[in-house]
Parts: sequence; C-alpha cells; structure tokens
Amino acid sequence: MAALSLRGVTKSYDGAQQVLHGIDVKVADGEFMVLVGPSGCGKSTLLRMVAGLESVSAGEIEIGGRVVNRMEPKDRDIAMVFQSYALYPHMSVARNMGYSLRLQGFERREIDARVAAAAEILELGALLERKPRELSGGQRQRVAMGRAIVREPSVFLFDEPLSNLDAKLRVQMRLEIQRLHARLRTTSLYVTHDQIEAMTLAQRVMVLNGGRAEQIGTPGEVYDRPASMFVASFIGSPAMNLLRGRVSADGQRFETAGMGPQLPLPMERLPAALRAALQPGRDCVLGVRPEHMQGNGGTPPEPGEPVSLEVETCELLGADNLAHGRWGGNEVVVRLPHELRPARGERIAVRLPAARLHFFDPAAGTRLG
Amino acid sequence: MIENRKYFNLFCHAMLLLGVAVVAFPVYVAFCAATMNEQEVFSVPLSLVPSTHLFANAATVWNVGTGDAASPFGKMLLNSVITALVISVGKIAISIISAYAIVFFRFPFRRLSFWLIFVTLMLPVEVRIFPTVQVAATLHLTNTYAGLTLPLIASATATFLFRQFFLTLPNELIEAARIDGAGPLRFFWDVVLPLSKTNIASLFVITFIYGWNQYLWPLLMSSTAPMTTAVVGIKSMISSGDAATQWHLVMCATMIAMLPPLVVVLAMQRWFVRGLVDVEK
Repeated sequence: MAALSLRGVTKSYDGAQQVLHGIDVKVADGEFMVLVGPSGCGKSTLLRMVAGLESVSAGEIEIGGRVVNRMEPKDRDIAMVFQSYALYPHMSVARNMGYSLRLQGFERREIDARVAAAAEILELGALLERKPRELSGGQRQRVAMGRAIVREPSVFLFDEPLSNLDAKLRVQMRLEIQRLHARLRTTSLYVTHDQIEAMTLAQRVMVLNGGRAEQIGTPGEVYDRPASMFVASFIGSPAMNLLRGRVSADGQRFETAGMGPQLPLPMERLPAALRAALQPGRDCVLGVRPEHMQGNGGTPPEPGEPVSLEVETCELLGADNLAHGRWGGNEVVVRLPHELRPARGERIAVRLPAARLHFFDPAAGTRLG
Repeated sequence: MIENRKYFNLFCHAMLLLGVAVVAFPVYVAFCAATMNEQEVFSVPLSLVPSTHLFANAATVWNVGTGDAASPFGKMLLNSVITALVISVGKIAISIISAYAIVFFRFPFRRLSFWLIFVTLMLPVEVRIFPTVQVAATLHLTNTYAGLTLPLIASATATFLFRQFFLTLPNELIEAARIDGAGPLRFFWDVVLPLSKTNIASLFVITFIYGWNQYLWPLLMSSTAPMTTAVVGIKSMISSGDAATQWHLVMCATMIAMLPPLVVVLAMQRWFVRGLVDVEK
C-alpha cells in the first residue's frame, strides 16, 4: 500500500514530439484513479511510464515515497493488467499467477498459498491447471488480475483491461473490479477510453486530452462542473449540447449563432462570478446536457419561457428517447421521458434549468464562472 | 456434383498411389537386393522376391565392410549419427540465440548483422567450399568430428526462421515478463524456449537429415575410412577398378543408412507437422 505521485511528468520522443506536457497528480493510498481520454491522448503512455516500460523525459514519479524514475519495473512494487492479458501461453493458470513469486525466490508453499488465495477471490479455483487457451476471455482477464494480486503490490496498473471483452462481460467485470478494489484497497491507476467505465469505477478521474490533464476530480465534479469544453463533451452520454452564440446587448438573453432562437438567460439565478463574466455582447459557448433539458413539461417545470425546437429525428432508447433538432447553426439533443415520442417535424417546448447551465470561453475552451 | 467429386477423389488417389509406387519401388528393389547372396544378386533379371541372407549381409557390412578399402560400416554409421546430431543441436542452439539477440535487443549494427546473416543464405557450403576447406585444414580439423561438424553449424535459414517466430510474440508478453521480474536470460529460458518447442522439433528433423545427407564436405574432410560418414562410405563401396561391386552388401548398407533418419522422422512426426502447420501461441 502506498501513495503514487507524479510531479511535472513529461514525455517527448526525440526531444521534439511532445506526448505528455507536465502531468501533476497525487493518487492517495488506496485510491482508485482512472485516466480517461480519446485515443492518442497519452493516457497509456503515462501508465507505461509509471510501470517503467517507458522512460520519463522530465519530472518525477514517486511510489510510496521513493522516486522510481530510474528503477526497473520489477523493483517498483507495481503489478500491471494488460489489454491483451499477456498470459504466458505455455504455463498453467497457477504457474502464470505464481511466476513472479517464483522469480522473487519465494518458497513453493508460500507461492501455492498466495495463488490459492487469489484464485479464491477471483473464483478461479477449478481452472488452476488449465492453459490460457482453454479459457474464455473473461476467465483470462481474471487470471491476469490474479497474477497482479498474488504479488501484493503497492500499486495496480490497468491498461484498458476490459476493452477486449464483449459488452455484457464488460459490465460484469467492471463490477468485479469494483468489488476487488473494495476488498483489497490497493492504490490503482486505471486507463480507459470508455467514459462509462471511468465514471463507474473511479474515485477520482483524470481527463486527458492532447497530453494535458484537462481536469482531475471525482466523477461527480467532472460531470457537474466540467473544467473545459473538451471534458464537457467527453464525459456524459449523449454528449453535452454546446451552443455557440453570444450574450445579448441587454444581457438577458443568449443569442445562438446562425440566426437561431434567443434563449432566456436567468441571470438572477446564476452565481455572481458567472454573472460578472457574462458581459453583454460577449461571445461564449453555452453547455447544457440533454438529460437536463426539459422538453414539453417536466416536474417541477423550470420557471421562465420555453424555447421551441423542431424535432428532426427521435431515437427510441427504451427507457427514454432522444429528440434531435437544430437551433440556428447548433445541433441540439434533448432527452425525453419514455412516454414522449415526438414525430418528425413536431415542435417541442424546451426549458433550460438555470442550475445546469455551463458557460465556456469559445477560444480557450475553459469554463467561465 | 457429388458424382464429380467421387471421380475426382478416385483420380487423386490414383495419382497418390502412382507417386508412392515411383518412390517406393526402387527402395523395394534395394531391399530385395540386400537380402540376396552374391549369386542371386547377379542373376538376370533380378528377382523381385526377397531372399534369406539379410542378416548375414548386415553382419558382414557392419563388421567388415566391402569395396576396395573395406572398413566396418558400423563405425561410419556412428560417425554419421554423431555428425548429424552435433550439426542439428549446434545449428538450433546457435541460431535460436542469435535470433533472440537480433529480435529482442537494441545494439549498434543490429540491422547490419541481421542482413549479414541473411545474405549468407545465398552462400551454401558448396559455394564457399575451398576457402572453408583451407581454413579447416590449417586448423588441423581434418579427420576430426570438429572438422566434420563445425563449418556446417552456422545457419542463416534457422536464424531467419526463429526470427520470424519471435517477431510474432506479442509485445505485451515481453512487458508482462519484465514486470514479473524476468531478466533477458530468464525470459529466454522460461518463455521463449518453451514457446519455440514445435519450431525446434521441426528444425531438428530438417537439420538432422541435412547433416546426415552431407556428402561433399565429409568427402573433403575425412581422408581415412574410420573417420568417414555412412553416405560417403557407401560411395566408396562401389568399386571403381576391375573388381566386381558386391551389390548385395552395398544395398544392405544403404538400407541400414536409411534407418536413423527414418527413426528421427517417425519419432518427431507429430511435432514436426505441428511446427510447420500451426504455431502454438
């Protein structure tokens, strides 16, 4: 058990191509931190640097109070679960799990005991003598986790461990990883491109984009107060509506770009800092999540006048429906309850809740207020 | 459609049988000749029914030999077995290690060394035979096992084969081993070698037969009969002068010389096929 801290961790190839721009984060002892971002954002590189599989160009990585920049992976007291599981094909499950202990010179009895304990946690007891090729994807994934568990490391590193599994198994393994962490309380760093995995597993999330940490916070914070337009659009499904436009001259309305409708701005109910930022005539981006917009009513209904939206398509998802439309140059998605199914061309009245509005600077992409 | 398939199958089997007959018939004739005594073997036409002198012939060949400079065939056979074994084990050991170095390590001139090895594929023993003989003779390797085997051990083909196999090992496997704490030698011994089993087996069969069938090199390297190999020995049994060749003994020696490769192929057949067809990964 140990804390993990990254200080100004930078990665560049050939000194020219910068992949990571100074990442600073402290993962507390026992915390489950998820790195999430689109492909190519540097999240896997960061994880591999912590593992010792990639060199650190600048900055420091500290595990349990020791700077590990120049240490071999095996000396860093970490264990890693790979996307392809990376099990040794010719070894049985038990030998796969016990291999690192064997190399460390543990006694046979101790190895067997630890493997048996891990197998019990992961319900692998009946499979210990099988070879990896005789296992299903989910079972292989569990063996890969077992191999990490038996080492009793300070830090677990997960590199997109669920992305090779089918959707149903992924949900199941997600729960198992949660249970496992609740039981072992080992500091964990988990890389994924799937924001649902990030939201469900993480105690804290780091959203990476283009080699920079856009936001670090709890899943709730990242969802409720996205620090940038990128985070706002990346976290949440369907993505947040980001409406370009400007504050009207009287400061009471938001004029959507492309001759769209004017949305009422409930200035008196916005926080003071935000009010100060929203000067009349200012260009900005208004963000509001589809699930926070009220289409055709809602309980209790938001005060203020509704804005009309012509439905272009309506997707039926089962529990709820997504109405797609357009306000000027902006595409708009509204999540409607199950019983509301507007037809194409029908108009719905949309209300925007004041507490759920986000404003961003259009050039920098940063949050206002 | 089904009718067509049936005739096609018949045709295929007929061709197969014909092929087997073409290959097997000379072997059968040799076998018949090996069972005859001197009178029978020189009768015209040669009988296609085996006679009863096989073991007597075998004993003569084994202990005494035949031909101008008769020498016990048993010793030559032993030489052949030793030579072929050393060549195949040496070839596999050296090429698997060099392939490991070329694939998994980053060192200066890595690409150059690979291409140098690759280029020697184009230079079989026969092409570079005179300089090689000169070197071996200068090192006093003539009429020694070292002389018979060493120059044949280096193998670009085997190195290339192992390299291709190593390249298919997933990168994550190597990284997992690094995190588990396996150093380069550990990784080689615990992971790479076991995974190469089938490749090693099929290479062993191929190189054993390659070593066994060497003719030109042992001919140049061994000037005395006790240090020559079975294949060269058989040639020396065929009389070049006025004396009649004792064909029944020569054929018997041929039969004996065919046995060790046969045993190797049969014993390794399962592995051999697996190594060529599907690589266990």
